[in-house]
Amino acid sequence: MSQTTSASVVDRIRGRLEGPNTIGNSKPFWIGFVVVFLAFVAFPLLTDPYTARQSSRYFALSFLGLSLCFVWGYSGILSFGQVAFFGVAAYTFGIIGINFSSATGIGAALIGAVAVGTLFAAILGYFMFYGGVRDVYVTILTLVVALVLHTFMAQTAGSEWAVGDARLGGFNGMTNIPDLTLGIGASGFVIDGIELYYALLFGLLATYLGLRVLVNSRFGMTMVAVREDEERTATFGYDIAFVKLVVFTIGGALAAVGGVFYASWGNYADPSLFGIAFAALPVIWVSIGGRESLLGALGATFVIERLRTSLSGGVGGVLGPEWALVIVGGLLLVVIMFMPAGVAPTLDQLIREQINQRTGQSPSPAATEEASD
Amino acid sequence: MVVDTTALYGLLALMFQFFNSFAFIVLATVGLAIIFGMMGVINLAHGEFILVGVYGTALVFHAGIPLPVAMIAGVAITVLFGIIVERTIVRHFYDRLLDSMVATWGLALVIGQLLLITFGSSLDSISTPMGNVAYGPYTSSIYRSIFLPVVAVLMLVGLYVLFTRTEFGIKARATIEDPETARAMGIDTDRMYIATFGIGSGLAGLTGALYAPALGSITPDRGSAFLIEAFIAVVVGGPSVIIGTLSAAGLLSVFNAVGSFLAGTFVGQILMLLVAIVALRMLPNGITGYVKDWQQRRRAEE
Repeated sequence: MSQTTSASVVDRIRGRLEGPNTIGNSKPFWIGFVVVFLAFVAFPLLTDPYTARQSSRYFALSFLGLSLCFVWGYSGILSFGQVAFFGVAAYTFGIIGINFSSATGIGAALIGAVAVGTLFAAILGYFMFYGGVRDVYVTILTLVVALVLHTFMAQTAGSEWAVGDARLGGFNGMTNIPDLTLGIGASGFVIDGIELYYALLFGLLATYLGLRVLVNSRFGMTMVAVREDEERTATFGYDIAFVKLVVFTIGGALAAVGGVFYASWGNYADPSLFGIAFAALPVIWVSIGGRESLLGALGATFVIERLRTSLSGGVGGVLGPEWALVIVGGLLLVVIMFMPAGVAPTLDQLIREQINQRTGQSPSPAATEEASD
Repeated sequence: MVVDTTALYGLLALMFQFFNSFAFIVLATVGLAIIFGMMGVINLAHGEFILVGVYGTALVFHAGIPLPVAMIAGVAITVLFGIIVERTIVRHFYDRLLDSMVATWGLALVIGQLLLITFGSSLDSISTPMGNVAYGPYTSSIYRSIFLPVVAVLMLVGLYVLFTRTEFGIKARATIEDPETARAMGIDTDRMYIATFGIGSGLAGLTGALYAPALGSITPDRGSAFLIEAFIAVVVGGPSVIIGTLSAAGLLSVFNAVGSFLAGTFVGQILMLLVAIVALRMLPNGITGYVKDWQQRRRAEE
């Protein structure tokens, strides 16, 4: 095979992955990306099993971060209720998996849980976007849905709250949720520990690259147009409600995938998944990482969750673990006040300014600024 | 003629339940609605503002001060707290609605957690004053079912007078409507923002103070209960602060009371949420938004 064809294949792939809606469209970025990814591949071999296992949890949560970044950053739908789809999928996976614990059953649980989470998002989205619910009202409604699920799940302690063999368990949560299993029939390949780590890592890679292609596609451009100016986009003949519904449903599906992984990671789901503190986390990750950067959201999820884990042992022997939430909440406040775009876009801009200075080119502000009315 | 007393008592109990729920929704909502309606900022820390009022009242009361004085102290603490928050955080977000929600949410987490760290998992409860009234098989708390509803209605009337009949109210509305022109007319808009946010915080504090003896155990996670009701009512009520709060609270508490009376508080809550979702599907701008549209259409037809 000649070198030119392989180069053109790389160019074609990069052409799909790159565009104005993602940051990191240069060769150095992709080299760095591959290096970091390979480091994550090697990570479990270099560290202790506990840290690797914790990392799997951060990966599962990253799906949740990506889902919010996608709906909020690219379409302007600020949903405070992404955890609702995450939690519903986690519980559904538990209910099906506990009742049908064969490999086929768990496979069905995976598909069923993602389907239920997605459908839930689609129904809620239909109600909101076709009902003309907009802006802050969407935010409020999604949060209220999550909090109501919290109230509902918290009061399911009695034995009458069970689906087949699966007890919902009230505040104590649903226990004995099975591990993810691949295969047909009674037993199959159980995905736990190191396998779960790699399944999540590659799943996350595929999701990230897939979302990059999506946001740089025609549909992605429409999403951004809706975010920037709904009325003008509608004037061009786009069906705003439909675009938002599709985006919201995809976001719900992503959150649901995260929920399934999360439930099978801890073999456990409880009402705190719908609680206000957990619902705040995706917003914190995405705000800090940068809502218009998928990679920023991913990175922030990983870093902040790691920070929270390390804070759970207390801070320098002075402050107890209960300070973790105060520190993370305070971090959110500081970032949103002083770095409203988030860390990743701010860094990206700094780097580009540096490059421009070095090459002597003046940065072109006209390209980034919105056309004036 | 024989009057069916059981049915009569049942009806009375339902009515008290309605008053109780109405008062809770109005009091939980009004501070949030003022700040949203007047300033366009959604204060997601509203539940925690109410908690500051609850904690202020309870701490002063437990120090041996009589309850009414403790309540005034609770309100004062919350107003002070609100003004500090406005100056340090909220004023950066007057033209960034979604960011203001995220920022105040961060604030809510911090406040709730700090209350937990400082005062532990709960404070001693304060017994509800005024006693109960018994009729037939039912009993109702006078404080919750009669006193608080009266306070709620008086509060709405007071706010209506404040914002429509006083010079302050007209200046405040001018500031919201068009800050530049208001400044050109010699209104100190910065002070109007502080004052409006202070009033909103004060109302949250008053709600906290009034519910301090009606909550049972006082825990740092109580804020979200207030916040949910307030959110639902603001969304259903729509843009007009006072009429919106009144109509939404009326509508929602009918369903809440009937549901609670027939099948328990949980069903009442769920029923109320369903009504809110259906209402939003049909009236996306809330009740007052719909009325406004309807009036405009009628005027256009004439």
